[in-house]
Amino acid sequence: MSEDKAPLSDERMQTMYRDMLRIRRFEETAFELFEQGEVVGGIHVSIGQEGCSVGACSTLNEDDAILTTHRGHGHSIAKGTRLPEMMAELLGKATGLCHAKGGSMHIADVSKGHYGAHSIVGSNMPMGVGIGLAFHFEGKGQVAVIFFGDGAANEGSFHESMNLAAIWKLPVIFFCENNHFASSTRVGYATSVADISARAGGYDIPGVTVDGMDVLAVHEVMVEAVDRARRGLGPSLIEAKTYRYFGHSRKDPQFGPYRTEEEWNEWKAKDPLLVAEKILGVSEEEKKAHDEAVENELKDALSFARQSPEPEPDDVYEDLYA
Amino acid sequence: MPELTYVEALNEALHEEMARDEKVFLMGEDVAFDYFGVCSGLADRFGRDRVRDTPICELGFTGAGVGAAMAGFRPIVDLRFMDFATYALDPIVNQAAKLRYMLGGQLSVPMVARIPSGAGLQYGATHGQSLEAWFMQVPGLKVLYPSCPSDAKGLLKAAVRDDNPVMFIEHRLLYAQKTKQDVPEGDYTTPIGVAEVKRAGADATIVGIGYQMGHCLEAAEALAGEGIECEVIDPRSLTPLDVETITASVRKTSRCVIVEEGHLRSGVGAEISAAIQEAVFEYLDAPIGRVAALMAPIPVQTKLEKFVLPSTEKVIAAVRKALGVSA
Repeated sequence: MSEDKAPLSDERMQTMYRDMLRIRRFEETAFELFEQGEVVGGIHVSIGQEGCSVGACSTLNEDDAILTTHRGHGHSIAKGTRLPEMMAELLGKATGLCHAKGGSMHIADVSKGHYGAHSIVGSNMPMGVGIGLAFHFEGKGQVAVIFFGDGAANEGSFHESMNLAAIWKLPVIFFCENNHFASSTRVGYATSVADISARAGGYDIPGVTVDGMDVLAVHEVMVEAVDRARRGLGPSLIEAKTYRYFGHSRKDPQFGPYRTEEEWNEWKAKDPLLVAEKILGVSEEEKKAHDEAVENELKDALSFARQSPEPEPDDVYEDLYA
Repeated sequence: MPELTYVEALNEALHEEMARDEKVFLMGEDVAFDYFGVCSGLADRFGRDRVRDTPICELGFTGAGVGAAMAGFRPIVDLRFMDFATYALDPIVNQAAKLRYMLGGQLSVPMVARIPSGAGLQYGATHGQSLEAWFMQVPGLKVLYPSCPSDAKGLLKAAVRDDNPVMFIEHRLLYAQKTKQDVPEGDYTTPIGVAEVKRAGADATIVGIGYQMGHCLEAAEALAGEGIECEVIDPRSLTPLDVETITASVRKTSRCVIVEEGHLRSGVGAEISAAIQEAVFEYLDAPIGRVAALMAPIPVQTKLEKFVLPSTEKVIAAVRKALGVSA
C-alpha cells in the first residue's frame, strides 16, 4: 500500500483520522489511569504528536519495521499494535505484550513489525540500522523506521547510525520528532543547528523538515523516503516539528520554568487532530462514528486489561534465556 | 584428527558456521583485511556483504548486530580489543542482554560478540584489559572463554548456534601460540556450561580461566615434581558456570586456588570462590586462594606489566599457601 503516490482514498483518510483519535484517546485514558495509580511504572504520553505517528506509519506495510522510544504509544498504535495487550502491559498484567516485564517504555508487538520501544535515548538507532541490514540481506524491499526525539539527535549513536546506514545504503528512515524539548532542555540550547534535518548533509543523504502537526504533509515526505529506501537508494532523515502538550513525565508540569502558556496555546491552535479533520475531510457525522468506535475499543481494551491476572513471582525467570 | 593452532581453530569454526547457515555473518573493523588470521579466507569465500568491514564505530556496529539478530540473523561482531567493548556497552548490556526478557519472549538476540582480550604485549592500560567479570554480572548474557584450540572451535560453533547473546572471549597471546592440538573435524561443538578437568589430582584444585590455563598447567607440572598433585579445572563457560564440577573437585582436595587475568576485586575468582564456599564450606581446609591482576591498570613497561599480571610462579605460590607448605 505504500508505494502509490496517487491521492489517498477516502477510506484511508478516514483510517488515518481514526488512528490519530485512537492514539489521542488511548493516551488520555492512560494518563488518567496513571494519575489514579493504576499504571505500573512511569509513562510518557505523546499527545500533540499524533500527526507524526500516523503520517509516518500510514506509509508502511505490516512487515516493515519500526523502533520507537520511551514516548512510543503513538507509534505503537499507528503500526497496528494490539490495544488490549498494550493496555494490559501498562497495568502490569501477565497478558501484556511483554508479560509485564517491559511496561510502557518497552512496548513491542513484533508480529506487527513493531520491534520495540527502547528507553535508552538513542539506543534504537544502531538497532534500526541492524534491522535495515537484515532487510538488505533478505532483499524483499522492507524498510525500517527509527523514531527518535530532538534529544537523541545529540547522542553519539545518531552519528554512528546515520553514517553506517548511509555508507551501506540501507533501507532505513531516521524519523526525528522534534517536540522542542529533551525533558526540560530546549532544542535551541542543546542543538547546533536550527533544523535537525540539516545534519543529513553531513552524511550525504536527503534531509527534510516537515510540519509534524499536519498528518498529510508527514505522510507525503514519508512516501518519498520509503520509496527511496525500497528501491535500494538508502536512508533519509525526516524531521517533523511538533510539540508535546504534556510534561515530560509525572513530576513535570504542563507549563513550568521551561515553557509558557502562550507558547503552548500557539501550538495547541495547530492541534494535529483539528488539522486532520479539515484536510482529511472528516464530517461531523463521521467524527461521531469514529468517537463511538474508539470509545468502545478502549473500553474493551481496558476491561481486558483489568480482568487479566498479574504475573506470579515464578515468572521472573521466564524468557530470560532462549 | 588434524592439529590446529588456536587461531586456525577459530578460523575453521567461522568457515564452517558461515557455510552451514546463510544467516550467519561477520562484521567489525578490518575483518576482511584480517589482522590476526582468525578471519583468514572468509571475505574471499563468502563475499564482502557477509564479511563486512565496518567504520570505527563499536557502538554502531554492535548495536546493528543486535538489530540484525532481532530480525532473525546470526551476526558475529568482532570487537578487536576488549577495551573497545566499553563503547558498545549499551547494545550489549542494555539491549542484547535484556530484549528477549523485556519484550516477553517475542524475539531473541542470537548474536556472538568476539572479544579479543588480555595483556602481555606491552599495549598498556587501554589495550590489555580482561573485563569478563563485568559481563558475568549481567543476566541475559552468556560468557565463554576457551583456553585451547579444540574448545576455541567447539565453543565458537556452539556460540553461533546458541539463541542467546554470547560474549566470546579470546586472548591475544593465545593468538600468538604456535602450539597445535588435535581438533575434531567437522560438525562438532563443545557444550556450553560444562567445565573440563584438564588434569586430575587429589591435593589441591586449581581453577584457571582462559589464557591463564597455561600458567595453571605449568604450575601443576612443577608442583607434581615436589609430590603435590593438583586437579586443574577449566570452566570454559563463565555464564552459565559449571559449579558442580568445581565443587566435586574441592570435595576431594579441600583446597582451591582460582586464577584469572582480570583484576582481583569483584572478579571471576570472587564469584567462583563464593559459589564454592556456599556449596562445600565444610570440606575446605584453607581459605580459597585467588591469583588475578593486581588492582592497578595494566602498565606498559615490561617489568611492571609482569608484576601486575598472574604468572606460573604466582600460581605455585598460591597453591603452596593453600597447602601450608613453603618453597
